[in-house]
Amino acid sequence: MLDDIRTNKREVIALAFLVVLVSVYLTTHPSGPTTYVLTIWANQCTVLALVAIAQFFAVLVRGLDLSVGAVMALTNTLASHLLIGSSTSIGLGLLAVLAVGSLCGLANGLAIVYGRIQPIVATLASASVFVGLALLLRPTPGGEIDFDLADALTLDIWGLPTALVILTVIVVVFWIPLRRTGFGLALYAIGSSQQAAFQSGTPVARVRLAAFVLAGLFAGVAGLFVSFITTTGDASIAPNYTLNSIAAVVLGGIALRGGVGSLFGALIGAFILKTISALMFFSGLPPLAQPFVEGLILAVAIAIGSADILRLRNRLEVFDR
Amino acid sequence: MSDGKRELIRFEEVTKAYGATLALKKVSFTCQAGEVRAVLGENGAGKSTLMKLMSGVIQPTLGKIYVDGQPVRLESPGAARDLGIVCMFQELSLVPDLSVRDNILLGAKEVGMGRLSKGNLTRARAILDRIEGAHIPMKRKVADLSLPERQQVEIAKAICRAPRLLILDEATSALNASVVQKVFGLVRDLRDQGTGILFISHRFHEVDDLADSISVFRNGEHVDTFQKGKHSYSEIIAKMIGQSLTELFPPRLSPIPDGAPLLKVDDLSFGDTLRGVSLEVRPGEVLGLGGLDGQGQMVLVQALFGLLKKTGGQISENGHPLQLKSPRAAKAPPTGIALVPEDRKTEGLIPELSIRENMELAALGRHPFGLTDLDNGIDPDLFTRFTSEMELVCRNFDQPVSDLSGGNQQKVALTKWLALQPRCLLLADPTRGIDVKTKTQIYRLIRQLAAEGVAIILLSTDYEELIHLCDSVHVFYDGAVRQVLEGPELTAENIIAASLNVNSVPVQAAQGHPAHA
Repeated sequence: MLDDIRTNKREVIALAFLVVLVSVYLTTHPSGPTTYVLTIWANQCTVLALVAIAQFFAVLVRGLDLSVGAVMALTNTLASHLLIGSSTSIGLGLLAVLAVGSLCGLANGLAIVYGRIQPIVATLASASVFVGLALLLRPTPGGEIDFDLADALTLDIWGLPTALVILTVIVVVFWIPLRRTGFGLALYAIGSSQQAAFQSGTPVARVRLAAFVLAGLFAGVAGLFVSFITTTGDASIAPNYTLNSIAAVVLGGIALRGGVGSLFGALIGAFILKTISALMFFSGLPPLAQPFVEGLILAVAIAIGSADILRLRNRLEVFDR
Repeated sequence: MSDGKRELIRFEEVTKAYGATLALKKVSFTCQAGEVRAVLGENGAGKSTLMKLMSGVIQPTLGKIYVDGQPVRLESPGAARDLGIVCMFQELSLVPDLSVRDNILLGAKEVGMGRLSKGNLTRARAILDRIEGAHIPMKRKVADLSLPERQQVEIAKAICRAPRLLILDEATSALNASVVQKVFGLVRDLRDQGTGILFISHRFHEVDDLADSISVFRNGEHVDTFQKGKHSYSEIIAKMIGQSLTELFPPRLSPIPDGAPLLKVDDLSFGDTLRGVSLEVRPGEVLGLGGLDGQGQMVLVQALFGLLKKTGGQISENGHPLQLKSPRAAKAPPTGIALVPEDRKTEGLIPELSIRENMELAALGRHPFGLTDLDNGIDPDLFTRFTSEMELVCRNFDQPVSDLSGGNQQKVALTKWLALQPRCLLLADPTRGIDVKTKTQIYRLIRQLAAEGVAIILLSTDYEELIHLCDSVHVFYDGAVRQVLEGPELTAENIIAASLNVNSVPVQAAQGHPAHA
């Protein structure tokens, strides 16, 4: 048990911080903790949580992905064309949107793994391409999404926000089983030490490629979920989500150097970020001061998470962090 | 094969080139089932290259590899593993952020990319228990284990893959004698079950204890293979270095000094890696630091160069206590301490920069506002003095360091610090992985610097270096000086005994009798 807490120290700290934030939010909210308040909050958090999952897979194998927001924009604009009409065409549309997300990830992965281009550079370039495609699809925000489907996924099931149910399913049905496979293990091993993973007989290139495909897929899911919330397509959402996804994984205890952290941590990070924004909204602070305070809270939270660097007594070890 | 043993792997005229450097030259080599073969050679003799080729980490430039008589391409460690070849690497192949359990499962043949099966774990647990690793919890992160514990895990990981050919590359370097004996017991059992074993070690008594036959490598060539006991200790050494020891080590240029000490270390401690170390070094003295890897020698060197915070005890120079807050303070005159670090590629040099820029780097920032003053009071003639003394081979000083061979890189790393004219020079394994000729040049330089009155502290993993170059050797064990050896006491046997924390080893240990702790 103690060992478990020590190995998951970063997640435990982040989770405690989130619990405090959410309690403050729900108790100070003018309307109190109603299903409606919860659902709105959960939807906002879930979009960021999904894109944070995408970022998590890239970061886990030492590859910051600057295109996750762009993939969201592309899949969102595509969805605004395809997710309307008969249930068959909606079904095919869903598949097409997710396929496009995965293909974007595949393209990134091929450039990074086999093209040997640095992840930041490769995804910076591909991000522009994806946003360009999104703009071609929707020069101005518009289009529509099937309302029944959107409602089904963004309201609640017996008082429980559907968004939270979706995330739970992802953790229980996807993440936990994945973590118990050789593939899940290889993701961590490669991020922590590519050399050791290779010498242990792991197919490093293929596993990294798969990680970037997963990043693309989840960015696509995030794009879909945005579509269900806004029921329109908008090509301009990319930059905001990209930056927030990075902040979310850092807050969730995932090391940018790779190999450390969990998908659950990414979710916590995303929820912390969005809850802080929501808190600001009702805080009574002047709107212009809100970004400043938000940034301050973030900076302090991250500083606490990495405070143990002060305890290092060998000056060379600082550079390994 | 002639003695009826089955051949497992065969190299036919295998050559491996890195750029212009030949790491292996037309090596033909055979390894059999049910035999422990020791591979001996100096650092840089090609042993590691041989192991990497066998385990699929690198591929040969020329030549063929046969497994079970069939020509194969070992294009990755995964491919080698599928043929039953498992290597325990000297640079640990464990993933630091994962638990012991995860590391054992990683890349196991039965696991692949699918569900993690528990079968390997019971086997690994049994192996760990047998080699005194019963206290290592499966859930502990590898980064939180000590170096010997990591080696135990590494051994369990390799053996539980049920290899047909097991390669042990300095597999027991951090383990104490009693664990080593248990590991050897395990290895003998494997051999009796028909596993072929390749065993690389620098410790002669271990080779003597375990090996059935011995192969000697030198300068990338396979010199000879013979049954154990056919040649004496000194004959084997002669095969390894290709010349006599007196040719390799130049004679002393000045008598052992007996003046006042320059640097004095009193009861120095740092966490549990350094426990109350005291020593003194006089101008002109060469003081050796010996012991197995990670016993505190390196920590002492780091402390002397201002890399550690909150050390206990005192360091003084000419009787004045020193405040070594950073490498910058350590190198600043008049303190004048220089450290040529262990790993020249990552710590000693910046490979992309030119030779000149690398050499100027150490001089930067010695004075207030020193970074704005490129000149820094360094005499460029000093660079040329040392580079020509060591016969640095380069086109000109504008050539990037990464173009140079390992030996020439080390010459640049040395020159960089020598040009500051340090009063005390700390050398961490300065001849690791470089050729014999460069070694001799560096040894000559060390002799000469000592004659000029520089106090030298030489950390080395090479016994011969300690014996033939140093005036006295402090052997470390578990963070403390286990024994100080000088004069006639300074022998390989005594260094080994002290390194392993045993009281004495019978003198004939190196010739025939295993050294039991």
